[in-house]
Amino acid sequence: MLLGDWDLVVIGGGPAGVAGALTAALHGLRVAVVDAGARLGGQYFRHRAAPPHSSTPGFGRFLGQVRALRERAEVLTEHQVWSVTRQVDGRLTVHCAARDGGRERPVALGCRRLLIATGAHDRVLPFPGWDLPGVLTAGGAQALLKGHGVVAGSRVVVAGTGPFLLPVAVGLAEAGARVAGVYEAGGGLGLARHPLRALGKAGEAAGYGVALARHGVPYRTRRAVIAAHGEHELEAVTVARLDRDWRVLGTRRVTCDTLATGYGFIPQIELGVQLGCDTRHDADGSPILAVDHGQRTSVPGVWAAGEPTGVGGWRLAELEGRLAGLSIAAAAAAVAATAPAVAAAAAVPTAANAPVPVPVPVPSVLLRRRRSARAFAAALLEAYPVRSGWQGWLRDDTLVCRCEEVPLARVREAQELGATDARSIKLLARAGMGWCQGRICGYPVACLAGEPPAPPRRPVAQPISLAALAAFDEDGTRTEPHTTEDPA
Amino acid sequence: MSDVIVVGAGVVGAACAYYAARAGLDVTVVDRGPVAGGTTGAGEGNVLVSDKEPGPELDLALLSNRLWRELDRSVGGFEFEAKGGLVVAETADVRLQLADLAAKQGIQHENVPAHALRDLEPHLADGLAGGVLYPQDAQVQPMLAAARLLRHSAGGRGGRLPGGGAVRLRLGVTVTGLLRSGERVSGVRTDQGDLPGGAVVNAAGTWGGRIAALAGVDLPVQPRRGFILVTEPLGEPLIRHKVYTAAYVTNVASDSADLETSAVIEGTPAGTVLIGASRERVGFDRTTSPPVLARLAAQAVALFPVLRDVRVIRSYCGFRPYCPDHLPVIGADPRAPGLYHACGHEGAGIGLAPATGHLLAQLIQGHRPDLDPHPFRPDRFQAEESR
Amino acid sequence: MTEPFQITIDGHPVPVTPGQTIGAALHAAGRRSWRTTRFGGRPRGLFCGIGVCFDCLITVNGRPPERACLLPARPGDEVTT
Ligand SMILES: Cc1cc2nc3c(=O)[nH]c(=O)nc-3n(C[C@H](O)[C@@H](O)[C@H](O)COP(=O)(O)OP(=O)(O)OC[C@H]3O[C@@H](n4cnc5c(N)ncnc54)[C@H](O)[C@@H]3O)c2cc1C
Ligand SMILES: Cc1cc2nc3c(=O)[nH]c(=O)nc-3n(C[C@H](O)[C@H](O)[C@H](O)COP(=O)(O)OP(=O)(O)OC[C@H]3O[C@@H](n4cnc5c(N)ncnc54)[C@H](O)[C@@H]3O)c2cc1C
Ligand code: FES
Repeated sequence: MLLGDWDLVVIGGGPAGVAGALTAALHGLRVAVVDAGARLGGQYFRHRAAPPHSSTPGFGRFLGQVRALRERAEVLTEHQVWSVTRQVDGRLTVHCAARDGGRERPVALGCRRLLIATGAHDRVLPFPGWDLPGVLTAGGAQALLKGHGVVAGSRVVVAGTGPFLLPVAVGLAEAGARVAGVYEAGGGLGLARHPLRALGKAGEAAGYGVALARHGVPYRTRRAVIAAHGEHELEAVTVARLDRDWRVLGTRRVTCDTLATGYGFIPQIELGVQLGCDTRHDADGSPILAVDHGQRTSVPGVWAAGEPTGVGGWRLAELEGRLAGLSIAAAAAAVAATAPAVAAAAAVPTAANAPVPVPVPVPSVLLRRRRSARAFAAALLEAYPVRSGWQGWLRDDTLVCRCEEVPLARVREAQELGATDARSIKLLARAGMGWCQGRICGYPVACLAGEPPAPPRRPVAQPISLAALAAFDEDGTRTEPHTTEDPA
Repeated sequence: MSDVIVVGAGVVGAACAYYAARAGLDVTVVDRGPVAGGTTGAGEGNVLVSDKEPGPELDLALLSNRLWRELDRSVGGFEFEAKGGLVVAETADVRLQLADLAAKQGIQHENVPAHALRDLEPHLADGLAGGVLYPQDAQVQPMLAAARLLRHSAGGRGGRLPGGGAVRLRLGVTVTGLLRSGERVSGVRTDQGDLPGGAVVNAAGTWGGRIAALAGVDLPVQPRRGFILVTEPLGEPLIRHKVYTAAYVTNVASDSADLETSAVIEGTPAGTVLIGASRERVGFDRTTSPPVLARLAAQAVALFPVLRDVRVIRSYCGFRPYCPDHLPVIGADPRAPGLYHACGHEGAGIGLAPATGHLLAQLIQGHRPDLDPHPFRPDRFQAEESR
Repeated sequence: MTEPFQITIDGHPVPVTPGQTIGAALHAAGRRSWRTTRFGGRPRGLFCGIGVCFDCLITVNGRPPERACLLPARPGDEVTT
């Protein structure tokens, strides 16, 4: 049995997904939203289960959107999408592993249209000791704070590249952590010349600057954490002064119990890749889903919005979500207009009082706003490139792949053996073959192989138990869920 | 100029290069991608004798089995494990058929009664009728095997082993045509220039038909897709042998283009469990098919209920180089002198690679081969058609 | 569920604010690792915090490993290392 026959399924309940789902639902489409997390919000609007909520700009409005959405759409949290398939007739099936009460249960959602709004994750670079407990991604530290009210550590170093380091450091400092320093590997001129200023966001940059100064947090550019030290947990880091290419000029040791590190973001596009959506490389080389002005991918019936179409922050994500929602509603209305018989099944909601779809124009003001926001995002990516000098931070025994514990030496050995690209390094050295399927090591391995990162091929995007997988019957739909209560 | 140009750096091409170099021939291996980037990078690495019907393929498999053991000692580094294979029967009838086949094969085996199955595999499901244990069945890590064979051949001073020929590896080079001197094939044309050679070996696996076509000859090698599920690494090994059901043997030998699946399950040194095997002829379509994955999962759980809660963390697929009679193509092509074939090994190319390389080196040198290569001759398909 | 509750790790109590994941609760309690790697025996806890890296795999109530950063804590959950 297939769970529903939706006009639209949205994967991802962050700013992009919620905006897209709500927009489409307001135009009368029957919408389901799935998210792996326990609450909607995605990364930016991640929030605690109960107040106090953070002072995240836009959060109040977002909660309003979520309330409106819950009235009009099915919201499925703790549902991890592991596969999306498209039948010859264009129908799509979204395969999820739902976790409730600890048991895993297969759920398949049938739909005519799909919006991929799966966001991004931190991009990290390896260095000696980066797998010590206490080393977190910058986003990870932020997620602890926003989602759980947990301050990642008491003495924290923030390091990496990109504007995201600033809110992370400010958030930690304001929550009571002692932030020993913010080390930005790029740039040369400090906060006074922060690229945010050049890009017309002087206020934002100044706000972070003031906050850091208030807490006495030093902000240094051309600095990076190139090693982490400690027996069982992080005790200190080596901070290096860098040249333009991130080669080490000098080092010193900084005591800390926590490091928050990030070098930008990696869009999560594997579900689009599963469906065969065209990809392209973003300004920073990241593979992203190619979309048209209506956020349509190259595969009919499949839209994408937010970070999967290029890292650009929550405002752009939300804007793209709205655009996608409008464009999806327009597509549904077009079907309704041209083929009444099909439309009756496709677009008329079950609730008697729900509106019937009407043709939806996409306002040109939104298109203009998106164009300028995209240009801004591209400029930021270009202002914070990852320079190749980081490869010199590694030692032979530095793990490149954390899951399979593959050190640099094994990567080099694979290359000696004839691995000329990232995929064959994986085949010969096992880098990227483990649990995370190369989400963490994929970028550094591509760099070591000297190629731009390839679009991720992950036919099983999230782990699924053999029992749950086996429960799908022949036509790709699910059979009865496991209702047996767990004895434990 | 090399004595031999090998097209393809998969496990078969690597074995051809290894044995040719060991015989003192200079070899150039050309691949459009990296080492083991073709079907070898999608194989499971079973070195099986158990699943072969008595006949030429079994003979080839037995020779190969012996050679893999030798290579483990002389080259090594590719996770060779002589773990043994256990074929299980769901019904008493099937069990008799299995015992019958084993007797006809005439190879080392042991009939296992139902009550003794759990001594071999403690986690097998209830209700199985028994099985046959084949101690010779083994496993290698195929990508490492290909890479190590090539590395070893080229590993000495001047890219050669003492007394051996030189082996040069040209990766990222695509063969686009064949060179001719008169009737003879005398090298390959590539996107990076011509490479003249005394003999050209077509070890292009599933793409072997395309290389043959460059010489104007027909070789009916077709893709037969297979999916594999990979589980999370387990804390303790649950599965000791390569375990498969009797249906696997019939599926391997089947001519159907439709989807066939049968449980083939084994643990790996990395702690993961590999679950195969599906077979279907759908061209080079890589789209993942959840129903196929679901069937593999269901079969695995039926055989090993202990795997129920174990997570699948990835899957991959590859295209077995399939010939209509399920036999590989090994030997000189009389229709294009100078061209040799070593391709079309379907689901057994890893197991059969050393014997293939060994035979081919003997044929190139004009030596009497250890096995009669006649059943593997390249022009056999034509003959069948005109019959 | 609005009252704080407890879970245990190897029998030791850990306080939880409702809505926290097991990973967040452990990290907040100063517990920064709860498993060791297969080959090197290296300690691991939270890294990405959002379900991407799988460093935080954890055994709860004897079940197969889950990502601690995604798994909401429930009263009485027993973590074993
Ligand atoms: C850890 C982290 C923290 C961040 N914190 C901030 C911040 O504080 N401030 C800021 O300005 N920017 C932050 N960002 C940047 C972030 O990308 C925002 O710009 C914004 O959240 C992007 O919105 P989105 O809708 O595109 O994606 P997201 O907000 O990332 O939402 C995507 C959603 O999709 C879900 N999802 C993904 N894959 C699947 C799947 N297979 N199955 C089911 N669900 C899935 C995820 O659970 C997530 O909820 C952060 C990024 C990361 C990675
Ligand atoms: C799912 C699956 C499981 C399997 N399990 C097993 C198993 O357990 N045991 C077993 O024995 N076998 C198994 N096999 C079969 C085995 O993988 C193949 O038979 C074997 O790998 C074939 O090796 P090969 O060297 O002939 O081909 P390949 O490894 O495909 O090598 C051919 C090479 O030729 C190159 N090439 C092609 N055209 C050109 C050109 N024009 N120019 C330059 N280079 C070119 C390709 O890039 C490729 O690298 C399995 C196969 C699959 C799909
Ligand atoms: S911390 Fe990365 S998956 Fe949980």
